[in-house]
Amino acid sequence: MEVLKIATAGSVDDGKSTLIGRLLYDTKSLTTDKLEAIEKTSKQKGYDYLDFSLATDGLVAEREQGITIDVAHIYFSTAKKSYIIADTPGHVEYTRNMVTGASTSQTAIILIDARKGVIEQTNRHFFINNLLRIKEVIVAVNKMDLVDFSEEKYNAIKEDFETLMGKRDYQDQRITFIPVSALKGDNVVNKSENTPWYKGETLLEHLEALDMAAVSNVGTPRFPVQYVVRPKTEEFHDFRGFAGKVYGGELSVGDEVVALPSQTKSRIKDIYFYDKKYQTASRRSSVTITLEDEINVSRGDMLVKVGDLPTIEKEFTATISWMDSQQLTAGSKYVVQHGVNKVLAKVEKIHHKIHPDYSGIDESASALGMNDIAQVTFKLNKPIFYDKFKNHRTNGSFILLDTQSNNTVGAGFIS
Amino acid sequence: MKDTSHINPLENEAIYIFREVAAQFEKPVLLFSGGKDSITLVRLAQKAFWPAKIPFPLMHIDTGHNFPETIEFRDRLVKELGLELIVRNVQDSIDAGKVKEESGKYSSRNSLQTTTLLDAIEEFKFDACIGGARRDEEKARAKERIFSVRDDFGQWDERNQRPELFDMLNGQIELGQNVRVFPISNWTELDVWSYIEKEEIEIPSIYFAHKRKVFLRDGLIWSHSDYVFQEDDEEVLEKMVRFRTVGDMSCTAAVFSEAADIASVVQEIRDSTISERGARIDDKRSEAAMEKRKQQGYF
Repeated sequence: MEVLKIATAGSVDDGKSTLIGRLLYDTKSLTTDKLEAIEKTSKQKGYDYLDFSLATDGLVAEREQGITIDVAHIYFSTAKKSYIIADTPGHVEYTRNMVTGASTSQTAIILIDARKGVIEQTNRHFFINNLLRIKEVIVAVNKMDLVDFSEEKYNAIKEDFETLMGKRDYQDQRITFIPVSALKGDNVVNKSENTPWYKGETLLEHLEALDMAAVSNVGTPRFPVQYVVRPKTEEFHDFRGFAGKVYGGELSVGDEVVALPSQTKSRIKDIYFYDKKYQTASRRSSVTITLEDEINVSRGDMLVKVGDLPTIEKEFTATISWMDSQQLTAGSKYVVQHGVNKVLAKVEKIHHKIHPDYSGIDESASALGMNDIAQVTFKLNKPIFYDKFKNHRTNGSFILLDTQSNNTVGAGFIS
Repeated sequence: MKDTSHINPLENEAIYIFREVAAQFEKPVLLFSGGKDSITLVRLAQKAFWPAKIPFPLMHIDTGHNFPETIEFRDRLVKELGLELIVRNVQDSIDAGKVKEESGKYSSRNSLQTTTLLDAIEEFKFDACIGGARRDEEKARAKERIFSVRDDFGQWDERNQRPELFDMLNGQIELGQNVRVFPISNWTELDVWSYIEKEEIEIPSIYFAHKRKVFLRDGLIWSHSDYVFQEDDEEVLEKMVRFRTVGDMSCTAAVFSEAADIASVVQEIRDSTISERGARIDDKRSEAAMEKRKQQGYF
């Protein structure tokens, strides 16, 4: 079964939770007991419609305030695909949640309130999804019922948004516009009779038709070693398997590989998935690889194909998203976790802050606060093996850990 | 043609998580309840480390009110796979005066498990506890991380969770803290059942339709048992039922069912209009029941 992960972005009251609730309701994914709970609560609150946002807003504080404060995951499936929606909040202060939700998604839905049109928040939502190089973005112009399903209003919003698209860094991102009313159900799952001028697909039709190969980020194969399997049993006395996940492309038995950082060459002898041997390890499969030669490979090392080496450096520059209340300053030290590899890093230079609303950069910045996005150079205590984020979404990204609190305090995309 | 039987994305993700646990922690443990989710975890762990054995023990926090079928199954599985099993009993926590048995019509030992679990974590100095919780089960769980850090008191601070980006799992903790790990976070109930069917994983017989003595209360089907309080006017009936979720007897309700094999169970789940936790008596207590228990250290 194909699994499509979707990130959602919208401002407060754009109806994001309602849209998700509507998707669940119209695909009959809401069970009777959940539906009864929604009906009961909607009635208690005195609404004359079903408040689908109650299906997703999970924490007590959120239900009390009627807002979403953390990434929640929602699941539903059709006969064709399984869907995982990362419901991320739209407040200015929650950039970090949006970056987080987008990092694991191949698709994003940006909501716009048809009455308000493109607002500053929309710029941010688009900026982040573009920064994270989400291949497929759907702009859902919501609350069309409140503007009388006006084609002019919809087209004006589309034009405004298209101006934004000219400013984006990642130009190949595919963008689709859909006029919807989440509350009333227009063009979410079922085609609306209120928008005869709209000839495109409904939101669900569009998601169903997406080609998974086309929305996946493909690069060159990288195999970071997670764990060395040494059974030390009689049957598998000399077995030394390198367990990990294949990213970017595939690896096959017989491929000539280089182990990094030692740069020792060998060939892939066997590829195991559980107790079965395979000729090829597909992208994103968690396999165990054995090599022809006995070479020293441990966790954090990487197997790559000969002639296809990543950059091996003790320094890099990246766009980072800062996620901690304590500021990042030049000279401070962090742990860079790059895949499964951890190295100590020092902030060499903060080049500039990037306003995530396309209003430019700030070159005078000497420190970064929560939700800031900036261009930063790091020096490392030992080399890592990386690709640029634009060429390899996995091997070009990292997280920053605080050496004191151990918390994840930032994420970066190598430029 | 290329063999692609290894590309189930959820399975690959879970295996990746298991390997991160083994690599990042010194004393992990797999919390095993004998239910279908923890049985699925055992299969995934086997896959992650084959041909080596699973490099950590299983632990069961036994309420003493389990279905006997579950306990028999547990002991057989552990023996067959040559795994180490640790059992800690809620009864011992009660005898030591650490927790008090609930009384009354809805009494259950379910929430008492938390104390026994936290004591066991302390006793063995476990730094990672792997569990079968899924985000689709319940609203509070939808916000749970894959690596979820707990403080010295086992508590969950849902407002201050570490962000999880891409595949990267941050397991760095201080002494005294531990991490709850959820490898099947992104699986749905149907995903688990379909996997059990495809992998031909054996599960306890109570998941399949059988004749059982039950009684009805609040629209739920309760097991007639010494462990479950029953009013005099609550009539004992013998019905064909099965369990969709298995906790201890006092907190798990049955469903009427004729599904006697795995294929019929999968079909039943596909057609079902009631959520899995709709049959969990412990969640019915209040809208925020699960969130409250989680903050206190419940799994």
